[in-house]
Amino acid sequence: MSDPVLSMDVRFPNDGVAVIDIVGEVTAACEPTLMKAYEEASAPGAKRLVLNFDGLDYMNSGGIGMLVTLLVRANRQHQQLAAYGLTDHYRQIFELTRLDEAISIHGDESSALASA
Amino acid sequence: MTNAKSDPPRDAQNWAAKVDRLEVGEEQAAAGYNISGRRLTGPQQGFGRLWQRTYTTNVGDVVSPQDLIADWKQHFGEYWPKGATFHTALTGVSPGAVSSIGISTGGMTLATGIMVLYADDDSFTFMTPEGHMFAGMITFEAAEVAGTTEVEIKILIRTNDPLYEIGWPVMRRKEDQFWVATLKNLAAHHGIPDARVTEVTTCVDRKRLWSNWRNVRHNAGIRSGVHTMTAPARALKRSPRT
Repeated sequence: MSDPVLSMDVRFPNDGVAVIDIVGEVTAACEPTLMKAYEEASAPGAKRLVLNFDGLDYMNSGGIGMLVTLLVRANRQHQQLAAYGLTDHYRQIFELTRLDEAISIHGDESSALASA
Repeated sequence: MTNAKSDPPRDAQNWAAKVDRLEVGEEQAAAGYNISGRRLTGPQQGFGRLWQRTYTTNVGDVVSPQDLIADWKQHFGEYWPKGATFHTALTGVSPGAVSSIGISTGGMTLATGIMVLYADDDSFTFMTPEGHMFAGMITFEAAEVAGTTEVEIKILIRTNDPLYEIGWPVMRRKEDQFWVATLKNLAAHHGIPDARVTEVTTCVDRKRLWSNWRNVRHNAGIRSGVHTMTAPARALKRSPRT
């Protein structure tokens, strides 16, 4: 319900792969920002989306809900979702909410890209 | 393997610690057979279509969002309509707390529970266990809007198994009655006797997750029915022989 404190940049390190660099706070309020980044990442036909959480400062339960929505959209387009840059704290939240069963988690960008 | 940032994030105290399976305290023992040992279920572990449902009301300017959330956490079950009970854990609505739920239906009580996934001063979120009617999360939130306090219940759920999915049209109506009544009770407590509640429902994913059909083995409705029917046998077994 407040203005999002977040930026998301999209880059394309390999063919068919897009990385979304997430910096700031992931809450329900930043859904338009994430969906815009998703559209940008998907436009060239990326079949694998990698979420870079290295710049993640804060996340609440609304943020998890938003990631579920992103996952549904990606599944609908037959895209794979991967993530890296999660601290132990956020990795545990992914495990607690069982998001890690649908979004593969990696230690760094090279392993996230290599698994593509 | 993981990012090594030095300071704990400021949301660290708001999240439940990681658990693989739920455990219940003595105060939840009556419903423990449908909670203890169960895993949490996110929307991707459910079966039916994925729905986002939002119920909103406004309680004016008498209570701040933070005071309203504090009160809601403390008296959560008291705002529920008749026919449903919420047994708060001794730790209250705090991250990681497991609470049991009893819902009167068809002459029996369906026993299940929730775990508090997240709680801060402005909101709190429950996550459901295996066997619950729904797989997903429900968030209770208050925020200041134009000098007033707006209250929202946001639900992101799938039904948990095919039997619940068959019952979804009925459950959906019951959910509407239930959460509207809850928000009206909450608003009345804060001085708004006839609050208007708006509801918005969006189908986020029309696809059913057939790979999760086996969730039916945990169905709390079936297990509650069996538990009720076998109660006399358990009582006989417990009674001392003369």
